[in-house]
Amino acid sequence: MRLEYFQLIDRIVDLRLADRTISAEATVPSESTIFEGHFPGYPLMPGVLLAETMAQTSGWLVVAMNRFERMPFLAAVKDAKFRTFVTPGMVLSVNATLLHEGSGYAVTKANISTKGKAICDAVLTLRVMPFPNPEMSEQMRKTAERIGFPNEVPANG
Amino acid sequence: MSSTFDTIANIIAETCDIPRDSITPDSHAINDLGIDSLDFLDIAFAIDKAFGIKLPLEQWTQEVNDGKATTDQYFVLKNLSARIDELVAAKGA
Repeated sequence: MRLEYFQLIDRIVDLRLADRTISAEATVPSESTIFEGHFPGYPLMPGVLLAETMAQTSGWLVVAMNRFERMPFLAAVKDAKFRTFVTPGMVLSVNATLLHEGSGYAVTKANISTKGKAICDAVLTLRVMPFPNPEMSEQMRKTAERIGFPNEVPANG
Repeated sequence: MSSTFDTIANIIAETCDIPRDSITPDSHAINDLGIDSLDFLDIAFAIDKAFGIKLPLEQWTQEVNDGKATTDQYFVLKNLSARIDELVAAKGA
């Protein structure tokens, strides 16, 4: 994770299109300027960044479903629950399931855990639209390569 | 009025916290009920689930933007009900 750059997913560890699921891994950095303010002397990963981590993981699932043709943007976070403090150095397991693929939107249910212990979960709505420009599409492909997005997305995982 | 209308009226009332009595077949979801695009995504999700269909929101939006259709055709609730009935019928065909 590079919190300041919103690079919140380190690695995609599993992607199953037939099951509409994705799993990713992310390690909370030991140091970040964000921890200087949140909180001084007691560093915690902010809940909004955990929500963003779930959104990014959900987003990669949607990107996989539409084969990089369209870009998901976070539109709503519902029923978000933050159950456990997240501290520097924690290894996070992030999972998302596509609940519904609508026309121009998708709904996912996502969660984060560490060593099997629940951290947070939420239902996310993403608007799904054509990439606003070629640069963004290209950047997404570069990021996909960095996080181990499979070159050939298997239909059955 | 059709049960389709009742279903979507109930969905709108619950999703957008709009009094059910104020929702009529002639209500325009946007102009009369003040539903914005984000709330309409919730409504579309609920409608898709309830009827087992996929409302073609992108197609409708494109048609309105291109001047090929009016918002009344899709967002006045009696018309929306008719569109849903068509989609359900097409699914079963």
